[in-house]
Amino acid sequence: MTTKTMDQRGWWFVLPVLLLVAFNALVPLMTVVNYSVQETFGNNQFFWSGVRWYEEVLTSERFHAALGRQLMFTAIILAIEIPLGVAIALCMPKKGIWVPVCLILMALPLLIPWNVVGAMWNILALPDIGLLGYTLNASGIDYNFTQDPLDAWITIVAMDVWHWTSLVVLLAYAGLSSIPDAFYQAAKIDGASRWAVFKYIELPKMKRVLTIAILLRFMDSFMIYTEISVLTGGGPGNATTFLSIDLVKIALGQFDLGPAAAMSLIYFLITLLVSWLFYTLMTRGEE
Amino acid sequence: MRYVSWLVPTLYILFLMVPIYWLVAMSFKTTNEILGGFSLYPQEFTFENYAVIFTDPTWYWGYINSLIYVSINTVVSVGVALPAAYAFSRYRFLGDKHLFFWLLTNRMAPPAVFALPFFQLYSAVNLFDTHVAVALAHCLFNIPLAVWILEGFMRGVPKELDETAFIDGYSFPRFFLKIFLPTIRSGVGVAAFFCFMFSWVELLLAKTLTAVEAKPIAATMTKTASSAGYELGLLAAAGVLTIVPGAIVIYFVRNYIAKGFALGRV
Repeated sequence: MTTKTMDQRGWWFVLPVLLLVAFNALVPLMTVVNYSVQETFGNNQFFWSGVRWYEEVLTSERFHAALGRQLMFTAIILAIEIPLGVAIALCMPKKGIWVPVCLILMALPLLIPWNVVGAMWNILALPDIGLLGYTLNASGIDYNFTQDPLDAWITIVAMDVWHWTSLVVLLAYAGLSSIPDAFYQAAKIDGASRWAVFKYIELPKMKRVLTIAILLRFMDSFMIYTEISVLTGGGPGNATTFLSIDLVKIALGQFDLGPAAAMSLIYFLITLLVSWLFYTLMTRGEE
Repeated sequence: MRYVSWLVPTLYILFLMVPIYWLVAMSFKTTNEILGGFSLYPQEFTFENYAVIFTDPTWYWGYINSLIYVSINTVVSVGVALPAAYAFSRYRFLGDKHLFFWLLTNRMAPPAVFALPFFQLYSAVNLFDTHVAVALAHCLFNIPLAVWILEGFMRGVPKELDETAFIDGYSFPRFFLKIFLPTIRSGVGVAAFFCFMFSWVELLLAKTLTAVEAKPIAATMTKTASSAGYELGLLAAAGVLTIVPGAIVIYFVRNYIAKGFALGRV
């Protein structure tokens, strides 16, 4: 680890990044803040409304329901994708020609535009002509994701697992491949069990990449919009209306700018808070 | 145990391939066949869906538009992230840690939050419906990512390399371009790959910031899905073609993708 020197010239190096990100982040953010404390009746007339929208959003049942669904979705996919990704990474070959083949095939879902992912699963799950929907119905299971909330949930969870587990695999695999062979040989000499090898050698080495994996998966699943809006559109009813989908409905569908802006900021703060909690918990005891 | 270690990745890859197979199969079917009922593979094999895309300018320009803004974004993101990542990896300066975390928080802002303000901002600066607008907007999440990845790679380069070069009389720009950049070229490759990927798959902002001139392929697809009835075959063909650029890029960086995040710092 090299020690860094104190040098304020560093600011010049980060200036371009700062300007570009600030232009994209601060201006829109301030616009949202601006909307969130005002009321409008059209005609570009705005009136100060204080924290009214915040109170309204925080006490609205609709918001609570959407937040609840969002949290449940994120919890489910994290509980599936993280262990599954680690398990697959552990089973991957360490070297040989199959490694790049596996990596390319596994990375493929990550590179498909999100609306195509949604459209793809829609075509796959159509109850009458889709491969999945048809097979399930033909084998006697009553399946229709456009009608039944549970089927819709299973379909979007399956879609997300399909879409993103590979990211966890790639990260976990990268962590695993940084372990020198000598570690495994030493464990073999000591007669360590498979579980002991995992717990004392592999898991500690993967901790850093797993932190990144969990953080990225949390952020992206908490913000999921495109795939679900294409696949179920939030339906049936409101069964899969997550925060982001509800937000777009309010902002662009009903054009209620004030409540939508207040909701955006609360949403953003929740994401920030949970990410920070994850981050501090997982990096506790380092450095 | 040996069976399991083969079985698990194989089953997983099979699971990944099923929806992709179905999309490809659909793209070779005629609309009549699709709506007529279930068939496991195309009965009347047709290239018609692809022919439509390659001959209709609104379709193929969608791909060109997407590729243009993705390329601009990748170049800009990596270009400005390089010096910044260098500073984060080499110097300590007032507020550096806070700045780094602030950059990362921009990946946490739901694009749904920013859609409308972005539209107003880029209209105000007269960039609405240009490739540059989308490319700049995607910088919001790609620059933090690029800085994050590049910083990790640069930290692995010993500082003695810089010092020796300066003693040898290299000026800073020359050192950076001639010595430093080649040393971390795999890092640049990984960063560029991730920028390409996240810009290519994003739709919400790209759709919000464009109308006609710079409309991305994804927006053309959503419009077709709703307006032209139910042309699933055409939609499937367009979907298959969106996978192709990603597959090409991934082939070139296959040896680096796994390293990408591993070296980055959290």
